Amino acid sequence: MKTLTTILAAATLAANAFAGNITVKGSDTLVILAQKWAEVYMGQHADTKIQVSGGGSGIGFAALQNQTTDLCDASRKIKSAELQKCITVFGGARPTEYKVALDGLSVYVNPENTLKELTVDQVGDIFTGKIKNWKEVGGPDAPITVYSRENSSGTYEFFKEHVLKGKDFAASAQTMPGTAAIVQAVVKDKSAIGYGGAAYGGGSKLLAIKKTENSPAIEPTEENVINGTYPIWRYLYVYVNPAQDKGEIGAYLTWIRSDDAQKYVKDIGYYPLPKNLRSN
Amino acid sequence: MPNQNHNSRRSHGWMGIHRGHKARPVEWLAEKFIFLVSLSAILMVLLIFLFVAREALPVFFGQTNTALVQKPIPADEVDKHSPAELQVYLEITPDEFGKMSKTTLRTLMEVKVEAQDEIPENFRNDPDAHINTTEWKYLVKPHQWDNYTKPEYIWQPVGQIKKFNIIPLFVGTLKVTLIGLLFAVPLAVGAAIYVSQMARPRVREVVKPAIELLSGVPSVVVGVFALLVMATVLQTIFHYQTRLNAFVAGLALGFAVIPVIFSIAEDALTSVPRAYTQAALALGASRWQTAWQIVLPAALPGVFAAAVLGFGRAIGETMIVLMVCSASVMSWSVFDSARSITTTIAAEMAEAVNGGPHYRILFMLGALLFVATFVSNMVGDFVIHRFKNKLEGKR
Repeated sequence: MKTLTTILAAATLAANAFAGNITVKGSDTLVILAQKWAEVYMGQHADTKIQVSGGGSGIGFAALQNQTTDLCDASRKIKSAELQKCITVFGGARPTEYKVALDGLSVYVNPENTLKELTVDQVGDIFTGKIKNWKEVGGPDAPITVYSRENSSGTYEFFKEHVLKGKDFAASAQTMPGTAAIVQAVVKDKSAIGYGGAAYGGGSKLLAIKKTENSPAIEPTEENVINGTYPIWRYLYVYVNPAQDKGEIGAYLTWIRSDDAQKYVKDIGYYPLPKNLRSN
Repeated sequence: MPNQNHNSRRSHGWMGIHRGHKARPVEWLAEKFIFLVSLSAILMVLLIFLFVAREALPVFFGQTNTALVQKPIPADEVDKHSPAELQVYLEITPDEFGKMSKTTLRTLMEVKVEAQDEIPENFRNDPDAHINTTEWKYLVKPHQWDNYTKPEYIWQPVGQIKKFNIIPLFVGTLKVTLIGLLFAVPLAVGAAIYVSQMARPRVREVVKPAIELLSGVPSVVVGVFALLVMATVLQTIFHYQTRLNAFVAGLALGFAVIPVIFSIAEDALTSVPRAYTQAALALGASRWQTAWQIVLPAALPGVFAAAVLGFGRAIGETMIVLMVCSASVMSWSVFDSARSITTTIAAEMAEAVNGGPHYRILFMLGALLFVATFVSNMVGDFVIHRFKNKLEGKR
């Protein structure tokens, strides 16, 4: 296994020796955006080849450790175990983390549901199974069916840490393979509640979210996500070995955080970085 | 006959030379080549098993630790600890430790301390944060976690406290597989009897390929169909609470399994000697009696083999269950959701930290599944032989 990894690493390094070959691997959440960026960048720089593949943030970090990828897309922060492996391999250097886009998470309900808004705590209690009926939060008298994502998804983890405050999802929560599947289920199920990227909610109703009992209810619009008033949002990241963050790769990393690249973010369903986090 | 044994041997000596025959090097080569190919298939299975087992071993030996709160060693105190202690603390091999520079080691120590600092306040005093959740008692027995009112089987492998109870996954797998088989076996065997015994040739020529065409439908397509159409239709009929549940998944699984069972059962039924049927009909039995009382019993080993293969297909099917239902509920009710082992592995492997406890446990599940299918095939084989011997009057 070890020799195989070495050979693979050597092969990739050899491939990289030819000018302008960048490999990007990691999060499935980011893969479409990464492909879009790669396409545009390759159009502008004919001698650069960028290969983008998905697989998941965990796969991306594993590839970063094995040095089989140059950039690692991630929809979550690097975990301490992964960080340690990277440091061991990079000879004491920590991987550099770049924030590349924002993602606002909406809470979806069936369009026939009369409810309009919830507090973050109420959303958490619904997903942990503490609140079981819509009437407890001012809706119709009907049991709640909870739809969640697979626990491999960065969205799941983010929601669990920040909305459920680290508590477990209700065991009865249906886990769906993707945001689109959640929306499908919510549209077909009158008692349903689900969560996912704000741009995916087509057909379902997006609830306005209150940070606390007394704060105003905020709609998950682009403006509210970018100025930070909408309470449920996260960053999307790219990680790189600092030793490689120069030349072609460095230029690409600077470009994806520039105004030019950030204008494509919205087409894919995420939100561009606020001005102060951009590279120009 | 003295040379009968000799003749029945398949291999014909060096280069095919045998009792005055000409040398046949090409045939000999071909024979050896085919032998190598078949050997490589066995070798492949063995290698896969060894790989899976190797990745899973640390769980079996209790070498993984998921305790959230661990006593951090400040980075300045590196020199006060022996290399062996540091290796365990940093979870690195002696080999890696030897190659490491002082600064790398220091950075690693700092990361470890930072990780402890980042633990949210409300988890620090949680009793669950101090236990290693990958011990066997937490893997197979219910445990009363913080925030729960009674001991429960919980599979929630991602989060601050990682809960790896594998029992809900086994229950889910069995539930979905059994529903699938209960639905598929009668239908497929019924169809096989009809096609092989009763249908007119013209009908058979349409029905048989049509059913076998089902096996060409990708399971993702079956999954989507079940997710969007079947789930809604079945909920309107049965009025249950959870729209996506083991029942829907089981029925969808049935569709994937039917062609497998049908194909083999139909072959078995067709290969019952014509003389049996003719004799029964000549004695005045109806076609129905012949099919039910003569042909089916004679083909029973084959039909059983079909069911065993169907079981293998059902238990290994990933995509349909993944799309239709995958909540790891601990419940035997068919109208509750379920999560199968294959679904769990497929869905979670990508994000698991490579070499971490979650990764190891997924491999352990794979190894257990491997053993389970192996045992079921062995039992199936044994039963088939018993049937066969009985039918042939050997005992």
